[in-house]
Amino acid sequence: MKRKMNQCSEWLLERFPLSDLWNEHMAHYYAPKNFNIWYFFGSLALLVLVNQFITGILLTMNYKPDAKLAFDSVEYIMRDVNWGWLVRYMHSTGASAFFIVVYLHMFRGLIYGSFKQPRELIWIFGMLIFVCLMAEAFMGYLLPWGQMSYWGAQVIISLFSAIPVIGDELSLWVRGDYVVSDATLNRFFAFHVIAVPLVLLILVFLHIVALHEVGSNNPDGVEIKLSKDPWGHPVDGIPFHPYYTVKDIVGVGVFMFFFATVIFYMPELGGYFLEHANFIPADPLKTPEHIAPVWYFTPFYAILRAVPDKFAGVIAMGGAIVVLFMLPWLDRSPVKSIRYRGGIFKKAVALFVVAFIGLGYLGTQPATPGATTVARVLTAVYFGFFLLMPLYTRWEKTKPVPNRLTDQPSLEDRIPALLALVDEVVEVQQVPDNIGGTIAKKRPNWSGISAVLIRFAKNLKKSLD
Amino acid sequence: MKKILYTLLFLLPFNVLASSGVKLDSADIDLTDTMAMERGAKYYVTYCLGCHSAKHIRYKRIAIDLKLDETEVLKVVAPFGAGIYDQMHSAMNAHDAEKWFGTTPPDLSLIARSRGADWLYTYLRSFYAEPGKAPLGVNNVVFPDVGMPNVFWQLQGTQSAITQKIDGHDVITGLKLEQPGQMTPKEFDKMVNDLVNFLVYVGEPVQLERQQMGKYVLFFILMFIALAYLLKKEYWKDVH
Repeated sequence: MKRKMNQCSEWLLERFPLSDLWNEHMAHYYAPKNFNIWYFFGSLALLVLVNQFITGILLTMNYKPDAKLAFDSVEYIMRDVNWGWLVRYMHSTGASAFFIVVYLHMFRGLIYGSFKQPRELIWIFGMLIFVCLMAEAFMGYLLPWGQMSYWGAQVIISLFSAIPVIGDELSLWVRGDYVVSDATLNRFFAFHVIAVPLVLLILVFLHIVALHEVGSNNPDGVEIKLSKDPWGHPVDGIPFHPYYTVKDIVGVGVFMFFFATVIFYMPELGGYFLEHANFIPADPLKTPEHIAPVWYFTPFYAILRAVPDKFAGVIAMGGAIVVLFMLPWLDRSPVKSIRYRGGIFKKAVALFVVAFIGLGYLGTQPATPGATTVARVLTAVYFGFFLLMPLYTRWEKTKPVPNRLTDQPSLEDRIPALLALVDEVVEVQQVPDNIGGTIAKKRPNWSGISAVLIRFAKNLKKSLD
Repeated sequence: MKKILYTLLFLLPFNVLASSGVKLDSADIDLTDTMAMERGAKYYVTYCLGCHSAKHIRYKRIAIDLKLDETEVLKVVAPFGAGIYDQMHSAMNAHDAEKWFGTTPPDLSLIARSRGADWLYTYLRSFYAEPGKAPLGVNNVVFPDVGMPNVFWQLQGTQSAITQKIDGHDVITGLKLEQPGQMTPKEFDKMVNDLVNFLVYVGEPVQLERQQMGKYVLFFILMFIALAYLLKKEYWKDVH
């Protein structure tokens, strides 16, 4: 039996470089040993991609891409198909989860300089994945054929008509009709289930091939390939398999915990993952009072609305994404990681985060004059972060970068400190109970809390310098 | 209790609240109360199904989820002539509806998911007489110029609006029961609550099962995390 197996594997290996592939990308792929929590999101994005593929294929088996049948077929999946509700919620929650992990993955790249030389191409491939993902999500959202599906698509496609000269013809060509209709639904279905996923898969492949060619960056922004042991392996590197496979499995578990919590207890997430108005079938004659895209598009939607002119707004919205592509060339700092950058970059990143989240919130709200003013300021901050980057990253003083990876306390090492923190803010009081003994009663310790807050503020200030 | 909290949590209709600005009364939703949902189902068939279908639910599903006998469902809940695998279709056809009301009354299978339980509970109790003004003689506080008559007028009685001049506009500040109906206000509130409870169930029949299943899934995942963590620790102990 064992000999047979060996013969089989020999037969295969003579014809296909399976073990070479495995070694090159897993067992002998050396990754820096100091990956922190930010490094989970790449593998999680892959997990969500697989989830979307499997659940998506299952949904296609019962979904009907027909304006007359689409809405009802989704409800049929939710009610009459065995486990259909679970598959559908896994897919709808997966869409939001995809953007959560991808936004965090991109932020990781931003703060540790993973987009910088020699990893520019990885960033470009990643950005292309992000754009594809937006197209995929946008077209997928039309398929349930609810009011928000319909009117969201109507609003976004009409943006094309803002382009001078060819605009109207272009949006007509995209829709295949004068309004969003059955023709639009059918073509979006085709794009959503085959065209875009195919491109997405190729791009993910290229993203990983490019990554494995140059090797992973790390929180210190130090190239581990520069210090090698006598066997030619990076001293600060460890084989991806088994070290990071077993570590990523822990990340997968934690992710699944949150994912399952949403699926089983709050699949609509208060209207953010599934909008309430999308439970009303699409009605071309009834425009909803307030059309809001799903949360992951709202930062860009807020930028669009912040600009008074429609065409300029479209340009700004597109520019907000294009500028991300240029990040590797906008950043002029000799240092990769935020750990060794100067205070200006740290403050700029903090402002950028505020602007991005702020715009995301404003995009979900109706546009009032006050909100529009705030959105304009935040839009300026968003673009300022990128367009002023060549200046402030060149001026600022950076800290010396070590030659080797540094030792940083991991999440596990921080547990005792966290427990001490809990002790500091909680006061235990012995209170007599009614049978003569005492019971320990926990109360907030205000002086402890204020001390912790002051320390936190001081640390925060220090870390921003 | 937790279930109710969850239900209310994700049914909270943000946009509706924002648009009409009327303070909504909170419905008491309990999806484990099959008796209340059975009463709600009967009310639905009696008062709503004439115009509003709930085509995404089948009588068979109601029998299973409300723990009722199939023959009982057909006898007590379903209208005469309906089969157990039938969906809750309305007897009124779209053409007549268009002629009589100017619009087809919407299917209510998902109304609790789009509007929220509190909105329904408040809406159904907020009709008031406005003779001569509104086409049907009634209007509604949470749905101004509503196209539906108050189907519960016999049970609820007739309400009138208490208005106050605020900034030169007449604003409705409350409703007053002018003529008592067959039910006391308390009985009527309970009846509407049962009906809304049923509609919340119809909006997503699987929700109770899903919440009950959730704790086992989460427990399993926690065990998985613990094992995965131990495995990781074992492998990583020689990484320095």
